[in-house]
Amino acid sequence: MKYLDEYRDPVLARKLLAELRAAATRPWAIMETCGGQTHTLVRQGIDELLPSGMRMIHGPGCPVCVTPLATIDKAVALAARPDVIFTSYGDMLRVPGTAGDLLGVKARGGDVRVVYTPLDAVAIARDNPDREVVFFAVGFETTAPANAMAVLHAAVTGVVNFSVLVSHVLVPPAITAILDAPDNQVQAFLAAGHVCAVMGWTEYEPIAQRYGVPIVVTGFEPLDLLEGIVLAVRQLETGRATVENQYARAVRRGGNTAAQDAVRQVFRVTERTWRGIGPIPASGLALTPAFAAYDAEERFPGGETHAVEHPDCIAGQILRGTAAPTDCSAYGTRCTPLSPLGAPMVSAEGTCAAFHHAGRRRSAVEVPR
Amino acid sequence: MCLGIPGRIVEVAEGPAPRMGTVDFDGVRRPVCLAYAPEAGVGDYVIVHVGFAISRVDEAEAAKTLAVLRAIPEALESELGPEAAR
Ligand code: SF4
Repeated sequence: MKYLDEYRDPVLARKLLAELRAAATRPWAIMETCGGQTHTLVRQGIDELLPSGMRMIHGPGCPVCVTPLATIDKAVALAARPDVIFTSYGDMLRVPGTAGDLLGVKARGGDVRVVYTPLDAVAIARDNPDREVVFFAVGFETTAPANAMAVLHAAVTGVVNFSVLVSHVLVPPAITAILDAPDNQVQAFLAAGHVCAVMGWTEYEPIAQRYGVPIVVTGFEPLDLLEGIVLAVRQLETGRATVENQYARAVRRGGNTAAQDAVRQVFRVTERTWRGIGPIPASGLALTPAFAAYDAEERFPGGETHAVEHPDCIAGQILRGTAAPTDCSAYGTRCTPLSPLGAPMVSAEGTCAAFHHAGRRRSAVEVPR
Repeated sequence: MCLGIPGRIVEVAEGPAPRMGTVDFDGVRRPVCLAYAPEAGVGDYVIVHVGFAISRVDEAEAAKTLAVLRAIPEALESELGPEAAR
């Protein structure tokens, strides 16, 4: 497939690994921010081929993983209502809440429907005027334009039985929170290429400068990741800390202005709680007052739960990159993709699930501290 | 949900906003919202996320990246031993 296959070429990958071996003299620690990148790195075993003690720290960039437990509980409660058709991206269905997941609600007869795009959820609302259709609007800057368009489209076409349960998160504040943590070990970042396709990279320039960390906007294919790592290492080795763009075929410095305009129209920046990490100021999106009528939390108030995580789950450390899944006592035994105890085991973008799919064993991976 | 994939626009629909079209992903065709890729037309490659084109693939930049990768000197390759020659 064009623009995929040529970035998976094993001969070029070996050349890049040789470049990396020639460039790296120290055991650098680099974080890839996006779960899609984690998936490629672990699946291809790239993280195990790095030279001289270098390691990849897997970042919090999995929307499924960071959606707070209380929000999952709210989704589960809404989905169980007989008057509601609950619509969601497929990978949210297995995320464990305090009392079960969305899939469980569906098995008990709840009307839970997987949609490929949020516009499909608006179409379901239009076709079912006597029901309330709620869409689970989660994700990073990549899905925000789509979810914004769903709200705009509902507003323009007069679909009133549609609302969104919003739990949008933003990448740059999470990077800053990771850098501010006293136990931070990350020395450079691979920024998520598709987030930057929407937002551009101007937000990352002050971070690179203030913290002295190289940030490389990077794509998702094996060669993209290897080249991103090489660029980051070259900066680290020469003491530079700038934003570089590996993913030039899809990302421009200013990003996608049409998408940004729609997001700004529908959403405002707000504090968000990240599952496993806690509240981060100005790290998420909520609906603007003009679109409050589409807010599922306003339309269906109440249902606050006392959310408790499974005691064995160390997802917080995993999302901050201070522990690996193989450090978790439940990994691969009590916690598997089919019956996950914590969110990182759910979607393929979650670090625990990525490790599990790649067949990593608890004892097989040494995690340097 | 966060994985975006490249596909080729094979049709741009006439009709009310938002701008819609059909994108071919290696033989699989899907309706895609093109509102955020106003400059993209039939034949262009776009990166598609949850049914929305979020970026037009820049063919010249794509070619440049590959040229840089292919130009990595052979000398380094020889360091890798016989496996690299496969
Ligand atoms: S393996 Fe399961 S229980 Fe352990 S940290 Fe990952 S999601 Fe949580």
